[in-house]
Amino acid sequence: MNKIFLVVQREFLTRVKKKTFLLTTIGLPILIFGLYALIIYFSVESGSVVTVAVADKAQLFNGEIKSDDDKINFQFVNDYNEASLKEKLRKKEFSAYLLVPDSTKVMRAADLKVVSNESIGVISQERIEKRIHSALEKRRLLSLNLTQGQLDSIQAKNRIQFPTLEGDSEKENVAGFSYLIGIVSGFIIYIVLFVYGTMVMRGVMEEKVSRIAEVIISSVKPFQLMMGKILGIGAVGLLQFIIWIVLISMLPLLLSVFSPEMAQQMAESKMSGADISQQTGAMAEALASFKQLPLLLIAGSFLFYFVGGYLLYSSLFAAVGSAVNEDPQDAQSLLFPIMMPIVFGMAIMMKAANDPNSSLAIFGSMFPLTSPIVMMARLPYNPPLWQVFLSYGLLIAGFLLTTWLAAKIYRTGILMYGKKPSWKELSKWAFKRS
Amino acid sequence: MSDAILELKNLKKHYSSHKAVDDISFTINEGNIFGLLGPNGAGKTTLLRMITGIIYPDEGAVLFNGKPFNALEHVSQIGYMPEERGLYKKMKIADQIIYLARLKGLSRQDAISKIKYWFDKFEMHSWANKKVEDLSKGMSQKLQFVTTVMHEPKLIILDEPFSGLDPVNANLIKDEIFNLARKGSTIIFSTHRMEQVEEICNQIVLVNLGKKILDGTVQDVKQEFKEHVFNIKFNSAVFPESLASPIFTVKKAGRQEVVLQVPDGVTNNEVLQYFIQQNLSIASFNEVLPSLNDIFITLVEGTKAVSRSFEKQYQ
Repeated sequence: MNKIFLVVQREFLTRVKKKTFLLTTIGLPILIFGLYALIIYFSVESGSVVTVAVADKAQLFNGEIKSDDDKINFQFVNDYNEASLKEKLRKKEFSAYLLVPDSTKVMRAADLKVVSNESIGVISQERIEKRIHSALEKRRLLSLNLTQGQLDSIQAKNRIQFPTLEGDSEKENVAGFSYLIGIVSGFIIYIVLFVYGTMVMRGVMEEKVSRIAEVIISSVKPFQLMMGKILGIGAVGLLQFIIWIVLISMLPLLLSVFSPEMAQQMAESKMSGADISQQTGAMAEALASFKQLPLLLIAGSFLFYFVGGYLLYSSLFAAVGSAVNEDPQDAQSLLFPIMMPIVFGMAIMMKAANDPNSSLAIFGSMFPLTSPIVMMARLPYNPPLWQVFLSYGLLIAGFLLTTWLAAKIYRTGILMYGKKPSWKELSKWAFKRS
Repeated sequence: MSDAILELKNLKKHYSSHKAVDDISFTINEGNIFGLLGPNGAGKTTLLRMITGIIYPDEGAVLFNGKPFNALEHVSQIGYMPEERGLYKKMKIADQIIYLARLKGLSRQDAISKIKYWFDKFEMHSWANKKVEDLSKGMSQKLQFVTTVMHEPKLIILDEPFSGLDPVNANLIKDEIFNLARKGSTIIFSTHRMEQVEEICNQIVLVNLGKKILDGTVQDVKQEFKEHVFNIKFNSAVFPESLASPIFTVKKAGRQEVVLQVPDGVTNNEVLQYFIQQNLSIASFNEVLPSLNDIFITLVEGTKAVSRSFEKQYQ
């Protein structure tokens, strides 16, 4: 046991002390956050205000087009003619003009031209179009002798809900949110399996290629070396995730310290929508549905599947690493059958997030090779608890089985040099008695 | 024997395609420098791996100090430098040595003080913070040797320890091997370089095709395989035609020397007697013993021939 700890310690420290660890662990979230901030910055700052002069000769809009203060501004200059509009545009008194000829009728479609000096950006074009359309729509409805009150009731939206039979009246449907939580956590597990699994494989290959494996296993048992490596890298992964979580939750705070302006903009950008009250309502709703999720179960299961899935797959990755030699191409062909269930798991997970109780989803969330990914997508939909615990149990059993088989391949493979073993040989190594 | 440190009893190891080790037994006494010889693929590495507990024999037993070998208990008393050896390339040298020593059961403090001793000895102090990938091949070989003997094992197993070393460093390691043997360590030394064996070992075992074909001290083996050839040098010129006796035939003759083939049963003294009676002034008289190299080649080719005809017969 003491020796496993020594191996774990070395695996952990050599990786954590590397510069690349610092770079990926601290640099990556900063990079992602920086990009995010940049995107928001540009979307907030996107260009200057576009001022559109409207010469409404036909009284089409009745002087009513909603302006958007910091983006689009409509000015009514009904007494200007085409020549004066052109001249003012050249002098840059406004960015564009819209001339509505006398002959235009409210109820008849007509071509409207927004003339500008330089071509207007796509986003601004879309905004201008939307404003003009809604103004025109309102005018048309009012011209049918509707009152403003009638108009408002036409435009009122219904809220449509999807409660389940079992759910009590308070329990509302949280499908959208469940979907998101499920997909995101399943995807994280998928990434974990790939990234740390291949890290284990490369570690084993390094030991074999540098020919230190035999030196080490004259001091420790091959199983101790393998487990030490798996646990050490697992600890690196956990540490990395903890740092990421802390950093991500701290970054907005840091940002407001270093650049208060930008933080303010970010906060504003969340609120400045078409309809602020509607958005806050949606957010409150999201928060409420968040509280209804089985949060403790999701968090606990995430940790369990993170560790369990990692342990299950990393021993397989270690076995592959021990079987191949210098040639990374050998690894590729042996990796294929390990990658397949992970990718399948991802595919089933996408389906399970849409249809959590289909037989494929239930199977995928039980089968140990896919359950860490698939079950995460089912959990927000409150699957029967017995299924969750059965899945836990099967994962533990699967982990014990793969580790047992992988350890046998590993102890033979790590001492074999020369050509890549065939599948037949590998299975012989795995099932021979020790 | 009471002072046997290692006893192998009827060891067998079969791989799917062939028998790597086929019923090998021998005993190594404490303090010996023991040579395990054999051509490539003879089963030396398999044998050594069974001795170090890396793989288990299919049949037979390894006794360490008279007790069945137990990896947990005995691993700290063995230092093994395999033929396929290496170190962590990206690890600092001092860290690496400490790690390997701690795996053998040394405490951190012990390891650090031992490092000092060996760094002094091999003048390696400037290396401590370097990485292995920055070292030359010879330097990393020396480092490998240090990591093997760091924990003062009772049994040191060296598989081709001189490969890749220049003569100066090879001598350095050789001296250290003698030194360790003098301090009471037993050394198993596996190689196919016979001149090194003759120089270093006192006991040898020769294996080929998984079987033991020779076992004994270097002197005994040479005696066993001697061909009764004598080389005599004289102080004056001799005429070989004038030398005629039933007790020898002249193989080769020079101006002042002859090489004689003597039949079995004739003693050295009888030969010497003859020349004294001839009233010739003898400068030197010695029996030509075969080199281990010759013995090795003869035996290995012999077993090969046998196995070949065997294979043919049963194909």
